[in-house]
Amino acid sequence: MMGAKIIFYILAGLMILFSILSVTTTRVIRAAVYLLFVMILLAGFYFLVGYNFLAGVQLTVYSGGIAVLIVIAILLVHNIEHRLEQIPTFEYLWKGGTLLAGAILFLTTMRQFPFERIVGTEQVSVSDIGVKLLTLGEGGFVLPFEVVSVLLLAVMIAAIIISKGEKFKTEDND
Amino acid sequence: MIEGIGVFDVLAVSTIIFFVGLFGFVTRKNMISLLISIELMLNSVALNFVVFNKFLYPGNIQGYIFTLFLIAVAAAEVALAIAIIISFYRMDNSIDADEMDSLSG
Repeated sequence: MMGAKIIFYILAGLMILFSILSVTTTRVIRAAVYLLFVMILLAGFYFLVGYNFLAGVQLTVYSGGIAVLIVIAILLVHNIEHRLEQIPTFEYLWKGGTLLAGAILFLTTMRQFPFERIVGTEQVSVSDIGVKLLTLGEGGFVLPFEVVSVLLLAVMIAAIIISKGEKFKTEDND
Repeated sequence: MIEGIGVFDVLAVSTIIFFVGLFGFVTRKNMISLLISIELMLNSVALNFVVFNKFLYPGNIQGYIFTLFLIAVAAAEVALAIAIIISFYRMDNSIDADEMDSLSG
């Protein structure tokens, strides 16, 4: 039982470290790779709490899809050696200080709320999720499921049209 | 199952990641960096959903399913944002957020 606790603290520490590196590094490709590390560690946390299907989705969609999409966008737009401008020390101090104060206020407020953790042994099976997603009655999620389907379709069409951009215009004018 | 980890410990991790993402969002000008910061914030929100579902209502499934929806919406958002970034780069040869004024006429 002690092992899981140690693994949680390792995952948490690495997640915080890599997220800080991801926003402070000046090489944009490294920022994307650190973001990929954060996503993989988060999938590790999902495995730790026993949400295996969610961890699989996190690994395939986030670390497999989104991270690769961001890396490809960087390669299309910048040279691979491209460096971002350094954040001025003044900005570091006042923006970082304000946000640090906000985070501390948030954490101290949250600390006062008495969370009662319930230790349950229920496992979520994939068939439960599938049934819930397509149930129309009580506790069903068919409406958000359909909304997300339509959203994904609309976004894919919009992404194609927007990134084709200029070419569409010239073909119309011909 | 992890014993000895309270709800607050996980919420603290997700709060710190959220504020780190917010810091990146307010300091960077490059649009891809902004996108990376938004992804950090979305990940911390997903962690919140999971911890509330698992640690407070372990018999229920709502947080789990909403995390799936969150991941789908995040994927859609990234695809659209990258399409906009690339088409903007074609027009102006730059993806700095403070130079984006081509819609203001």
